[in-house]
Amino acid sequence: MRLNSEEQGWFDGDAGPAMQMATRILFDMGRILGADRLIPITSAHIDGCLYHGDSGVKFAEALVEGGAKVCVPTTLNVGGIDLLHPEIINYPQHEKAMARRLMDAYVKMGCRQTWTCAPYQDGHRPEAGTDVAWAESNAVVFVNSVLGARTNRYGDFLDICSAITGRAPHYGLHVPENRRAKILVRTDTISDQLKSRTALYPVIGAWLGRVVGHDVAAIADIPPSVSEDQLKALGASAASSGAVGLFHVIGRTPEALTLEAACGLNGPEVTITFGPDELRSTRDSLSTVVDGALDAVALGSPHYSLAEIDRFEQVRNGRELTIPVYICLSRLVYAILEKSGRLEPMRSAGVHFVTDTCVVVTPIMRKAPGALMTDSGKFAHYTPGNTGYGVVYGAPEECVESAVHGRVVRDEALWK
Amino acid sequence: MEVANRSDSTVCIAEVLLAGSARGELLRLDRPISFWGGVDPATGRIIDPRHQQHDCSVAGRILAMERVVGSSSGSSVMMELLAVGKAPAGLITTEPDAILSLGVIVGREMGYGTIPVLVISPAEMLALPQWLELHSDGQITEQDAETNLPNNASA
Repeated sequence: MRLNSEEQGWFDGDAGPAMQMATRILFDMGRILGADRLIPITSAHIDGCLYHGDSGVKFAEALVEGGAKVCVPTTLNVGGIDLLHPEIINYPQHEKAMARRLMDAYVKMGCRQTWTCAPYQDGHRPEAGTDVAWAESNAVVFVNSVLGARTNRYGDFLDICSAITGRAPHYGLHVPENRRAKILVRTDTISDQLKSRTALYPVIGAWLGRVVGHDVAAIADIPPSVSEDQLKALGASAASSGAVGLFHVIGRTPEALTLEAACGLNGPEVTITFGPDELRSTRDSLSTVVDGALDAVALGSPHYSLAEIDRFEQVRNGRELTIPVYICLSRLVYAILEKSGRLEPMRSAGVHFVTDTCVVVTPIMRKAPGALMTDSGKFAHYTPGNTGYGVVYGAPEECVESAVHGRVVRDEALWK
Repeated sequence: MEVANRSDSTVCIAEVLLAGSARGELLRLDRPISFWGGVDPATGRIIDPRHQQHDCSVAGRILAMERVVGSSSGSSVMMELLAVGKAPAGLITTEPDAILSLGVIVGREMGYGTIPVLVISPAEMLALPQWLELHSDGQITEQDAETNLPNNASA
């Protein structure tokens, strides 16, 4: 692990204490990760703004005091507080104050107040082939897979150190040969009808994460019309059930226009199949509750896009919801709904909007026990551990029907 | 890295990711764990109800696990454990781990102290004794239980 003369100067303290601490942390981590050097990056997305304890607040404030400013365009992931509706957060006083101090510290360092886990749907879209330093597992997998920029699965601390120095350790997915798929996934036994439905994609993702761990896979037989929202759902699910940082969809994603481009000239090392059996068993494994009454529906992990809200409203078709439906979304999408006068009608039908954060990372819902339904593979994964609720995974259409009836409503026809 | 001198009590020589010395009782996990959502940052208790070592505490123990899985927010949990004095006394894995190591590195920067992070082979991990000492050169030695008070880790 070598530093160039500029980086060595930062390491020695020439650029102030924050740059020194950030460079030291990057140097130590680069050594552990087997990097040979640091490389320049063009953008960053920060996950460290979510509160996990007071030590993280002190770290961020130490950087601010040491003069830290981000030197590349940097967006912020969700925090512990909904800054637009702080009254909905059920943190005790101390935690609430510290969570807000943490968010303030990252703003002081010059990060954009996006507060979303889908920054790529909020104008932050690095160019293909550029090196970036992104944190938040779903954002990592999206920026790598769908946009073709290059990042490792960075997380708390390393994300802001990279944003301040404009550097990241050179290893892993920054190296082009590590981005080729070792594993080819066939999906030719899944119907075209199902492939057009959003519900399929979190299930493929959850299965992929469990089967491939952190390896790169290329998925075949998916129509090129698959939407960004569907790829977003696949990636988020794969990054929570496993450690997937990059996947390819042959004929759709930028590094996989052909099988050879995705896997290299020698082809994949292994070929595996996702078929109807894998679909059913994985779908069912995402739920810890099978049937019965529901206490809430949670949507928007990653944050719902405008198109996803439109679909929700289309299926709801003016009906009242009998249980709370939490829709987590970015400020940007919230503002669009507000401007077009759509917030109030949805609210009065029973929708609770959550901006800047989400129901699984901070206390918003009433205390467990309870049963929650979701269309998100990521929510399905984290709900039981983080909230104590039982979880039911369903298609977006099933979630709406269930919210209208207050109990789990299934439509097997959606899964054929 | 200097070559460590083997002695009679040497169990194995580890690769040193982060140097330090510690002694204490082994806590070997049957399955990997995500520190975020898996370990309570205030107490060090394993809170994942699906984990075999559910309700055990990592505090003051020599924590051995094949690898670290899950959320990168595990770094934050590791640093918080150091800050509140509930961290493991040492960490041993079978492949280099970035998530918990990062928490240790940042914790050291923040003045919360540090712990050794070592890598050994899976076979060596299975053969670790119940009481052990980690040396800064990577040597792992066996300790007699009688010479150890519970959780008397020294960094």
